[in-house]
Amino acid sequence: MPEHEAEGQHGSPTWEVRDFLRRRREQIAQRWADESLFRAVFTVSRDEAVEAGRAVVEALAEVAGTGRPENPAAAGFTTVREQLGRMGAARARAGLTPAQISVEVDALRPPAVDLLVADFPDDAPAGFVRECTNALTALMGTLRLVVMETALNEGEAMLDRQRLQMLEVATPVIRLWDGIVAVPLIGTLDSARSQVVMETLLEAVVTEQARFAILDITGVPTVDSLVAQHLMKTVQAARLMGAECIVSGIRPAIAQTIVHLGLDLGTVVTRAGLADALGYALGRLGAGIVNAAPRGAEPR
Amino acid sequence: MTDEFPHLGKGHVPVLRLGDVLLVTLQGDLHDSTAEQLQQDIGETIARTRATGVVIDISGVEVVDSFLGRVLAEIAAQARLLAARTVVAGMRPAVAITLVELGLTLPGLRTALSTEEAMQLLARPGPDPRPGGTRPGSA
Amino acid sequence: MRTAEGVEACLPIRSDMDLMWVRQHVRQAAARLGFGLVDRTKLVTAASELARNTLVHGGGGQMESARVTRGHLQGLRLAFSDRGPGIPDVDRTLSDGYTTGDGLGLGLGGARRLVHEFAIDSRPGAGTTVTVVSWALRPPHPREEM
Repeated sequence: MPEHEAEGQHGSPTWEVRDFLRRRREQIAQRWADESLFRAVFTVSRDEAVEAGRAVVEALAEVAGTGRPENPAAAGFTTVREQLGRMGAARARAGLTPAQISVEVDALRPPAVDLLVADFPDDAPAGFVRECTNALTALMGTLRLVVMETALNEGEAMLDRQRLQMLEVATPVIRLWDGIVAVPLIGTLDSARSQVVMETLLEAVVTEQARFAILDITGVPTVDSLVAQHLMKTVQAARLMGAECIVSGIRPAIAQTIVHLGLDLGTVVTRAGLADALGYALGRLGAGIVNAAPRGAEPR
Repeated sequence: MTDEFPHLGKGHVPVLRLGDVLLVTLQGDLHDSTAEQLQQDIGETIARTRATGVVIDISGVEVVDSFLGRVLAEIAAQARLLAARTVVAGMRPAVAITLVELGLTLPGLRTALSTEEAMQLLARPGPDPRPGGTRPGSA
Repeated sequence: MRTAEGVEACLPIRSDMDLMWVRQHVRQAAARLGFGLVDRTKLVTAASELARNTLVHGGGGQMESARVTRGHLQGLRLAFSDRGPGIPDVDRTLSDGYTTGDGLGLGLGGARRLVHEFAIDSRPGAGTTVTVVSWALRPPHPREEM
């Protein structure tokens, strides 16, 4: 086996690849900057694309140095994972399918392999050259895996973000009066949404300096014990902040459920409808129908 | 009237006197011993100045754990014995949510959205120094 | 995806000054991992409770923090360990109102409600390790500061 004789002269193929990557970092980065993956992501300046390319080459060199070019979990990828994820995600947003992104990443391989082959002297043992090309090819395959995996994760994270944005959109806070805010809830309350409602309402209490916060649950079909607990927590947290939280719109069926579940809403101020709750809050603020003494009308 | 400005420093939180009310501003992360020292300082200042109210502004506090929560509750209880009412002002939403989750709802504590509101609350003749209105007019 | 820089650490818990370092480290690490404001506040508060527990009941010890991942989620794992007397009855300790030291008796039980995962390993005479994990479920808000 000629490869074995070559070992002594050249070291292991992965190390050879590592040294090559470090030596040719600049040239590889320059060539990649012209490939569609980099061109499409770094549209503003080519320098940025080259810079990003350098970082990826350096990461690949580090992974090659470990002798395991096929390991997508290699620590060497850590530094560029975020960047690769952003690139993959940017291409996904541009409408590319995973298969198309995969092809784009794969397009980075030929320029690198060409440079590697060109670097060998004419009399280099053919077997060793092949081993090195194989190692670089394996390394580039791993890079493709890392991009795909990271892009998929980014995609999931984006879904999470969108889900959260939807929750926030579905939770409008209305300023009813100086010092009175209300959140009319419509639809099913689950734990995640209750959490968002709580945070949104309490944030509004601060920004509006609202002494009264009304949670109107007229549009909520059912209340289970978990949701009731969240309501209780919201009321208690509002009190700690110096505000009073009123729950309005408890329909008879829900009242019945609450009694059946044995839930104690004893310390919570409840009113039949939003108007009753507003009336109660206005009364407590000292504002009647005629706003004679607007308590709580301090500058915000 | 003390004109020292409250700072995050180790050891000491200044107690400002505004008429009949003592104003304490907590900022940042508090050392346990600083909090305990404050409790003692407030007690002594109430006794010395005959203050009728204490406002503790915690709008600059990012974390209230059970230790600090207990100190706040004890300051209020101690002030009550010295015939002063205590109002904790400006608790942040994240802090309030955390305290509730922790199980620390501090039922004995009066609260207000801001220092100004706390001052107005104390300016009103208080029927009783006990919050929650469980026993109105018992004072 | 963020790196583990500034997240991995081992901090001593020997004095109440160390509690401040613990809180500061957890606050920054959680911010780095993209925790939302409320989740971060909960985690810092839990860390404060647990570190105080290590100090008061365990006679001091340490906190190790590490980044953990599950799929696309990132989280923070905190392990509080001491070589103190250990906890004879873990279940009882976790119930609210139980306390042997200074406090409102909410220490362990309260801290458990503030985190996503909670485990106690305690052997009488050999010490206690409390390990908690919280996940940065919510993406960081744009308006948020460190």
